Amino acid sequence: MSKPWFIVAASALALQACGQSNPGLDQTGAAPALPDRQETLVPPMKIATPAGWNGQTPTVPSGFTVTALATDLKIPRQILVLPNGDVLVAEGSGGATAPKMRPKDFIAGYIKAKGKTKVKGGNQVTLLRDADGDGRAELREVLIKDLNAPYGLAFVDGAIYVANQDALLRFPYQQGQTRITAPGQEVTKLPSRINHHWTKSLTASADGTKLYVGIGSNSNIGERGLDVEEERAVVWEIDWLTGARRTIAHGIRNPTALAIEPRSSALWAVVNERDELGPQLVPDYLTSVRDGAFYGWPYSYWGQNVDPRVHPQKPEMVAKAIAPDYALGSHVAALGLSFATQGGFGGQYAEGAFVGQHGSWNRQDLSGYKVVWIPFAGGRPSGKPVDFVTGFLDQNHARGRPVGVTFDPGRRILLVADDLSNTVWRIAPTR
Amino acid sequence: MRAAEGTGAPVLHPIHAILMAFPLALFAAGLVSDIAYLKTAVIQWSNFSAWLIAGALLVGGGVLAWAIVETVFPRRTERPRALAYLAAVAIMWIAGLINAFHHSHDGWSAVGVTGVALSVVSTLAALVAAGIGYSGQRAGRIVR
Repeated sequence: MSKPWFIVAASALALQACGQSNPGLDQTGAAPALPDRQETLVPPMKIATPAGWNGQTPTVPSGFTVTALATDLKIPRQILVLPNGDVLVAEGSGGATAPKMRPKDFIAGYIKAKGKTKVKGGNQVTLLRDADGDGRAELREVLIKDLNAPYGLAFVDGAIYVANQDALLRFPYQQGQTRITAPGQEVTKLPSRINHHWTKSLTASADGTKLYVGIGSNSNIGERGLDVEEERAVVWEIDWLTGARRTIAHGIRNPTALAIEPRSSALWAVVNERDELGPQLVPDYLTSVRDGAFYGWPYSYWGQNVDPRVHPQKPEMVAKAIAPDYALGSHVAALGLSFATQGGFGGQYAEGAFVGQHGSWNRQDLSGYKVVWIPFAGGRPSGKPVDFVTGFLDQNHARGRPVGVTFDPGRRILLVADDLSNTVWRIAPTR
Repeated sequence: MRAAEGTGAPVLHPIHAILMAFPLALFAAGLVSDIAYLKTAVIQWSNFSAWLIAGALLVGGGVLAWAIVETVFPRRTERPRALAYLAAVAIMWIAGLINAFHHSHDGWSAVGVTGVALSVVSTLAALVAAGIGYSGQRAGRIVR
């Protein structure tokens, strides 16, 4: 009679064992160690439940101070600094149109929601102004209202561009303006059917003539059918004058942040890779987005490692897949990318990229939940990631979860959006 | 003797028999949709299987509980028959539970060889359980 319980207990034990990772495995840099695939009966799930900051702040390196530029936001995601120093924050949450198809979708959705804020997304862009430079915004206005899960932001040729979950919009802007009431002009629609990965990341080319939009896949690994993956897991190049667009990269599972590397003017992206192949597969990555490249999804990962979960398999596509430039670690959930420009913070933080890591659910030992610095030399990564902002975890609880990161060369500050405590953190060198 | 066989009260209470009809039909339907998925790679068949197995487990859980009670306190049949019925229901349900987790995988891994094999086990066990449970028995053999 105790047979079912024995099985349940045995599988629970097996799961605990399988969700643990091997700390000796180096999964960062150009050639990450990739273990064998582990598809356990139930994927390892570990949610860091919210704890709150309780007056504390994130930890920054010595020589830096951190302040809350603004609190009580409505799910801040990505940040843009305007030429006059005003800070724009996209607030919202999308993907509500993705239907739950299986019993699993209900259960996994419930579990993952335990690691998220209870606040409702604002569907707006908030403007923050810290004119006296004390690290706290004394002016706060809703610049643009009634958006649809805004995420990516860009400023080109005097206009503000907002990537909603279903369209790229242009808003006219006058310097110093704190409220825009004119309706947005639609530059182009963006793929929005289902929107399993709803975030539309955005950046402008170095010369300002093009906009790039990152569009995530419509599933983890094609479990919603491959017919809904058309123009998903891609990066678009859009001519903002005409709205004409071209797909410059394919198979790039979920490009959650885009940025221009200042030395080479090349487009780079942080990309979230697939889940449920074990605690140390597949590493999320930072890569230059090469024109015409295929990065493997869904058929293969990290170059040409075949994912057996996709049918029909396509060896001809696997053969085309290229490996990304730089691994960030498995399940770290990189959502933010910003390059240090105009000398950055100087010293060891002069040339490189800040990467915001939202944090893991698909492994027993939590990973991510921090902002790292990746040193660059000559426009390429030149070393291991260095922790830059930490303290987001309090043992097994999360005080916050970093999303977008933005380096502002004008004021020499780094801004970090935290979508769990609904805060924008400002990190500056100590004077 | 022969004429008496198969007549009289069936092993299962009518409500128990109705409950047992669910896993019998749902596991079999799940097996068919598993095969359809492996033949076509159309993901919706895999989704159907996941729900069919979940439904079979839900009602099958009640069947399992009832079968355990009937084995501990045999009222409608003698214990060996109740035990054989319980064994078949237990195999059906446990294979189904493992299969429900297996069907929670993404893509081809939701079914594959393991998934369809577990569906076969659950379906055959459900057939055996129903065969035992729905058959009649001679009135004289009933305990009490």
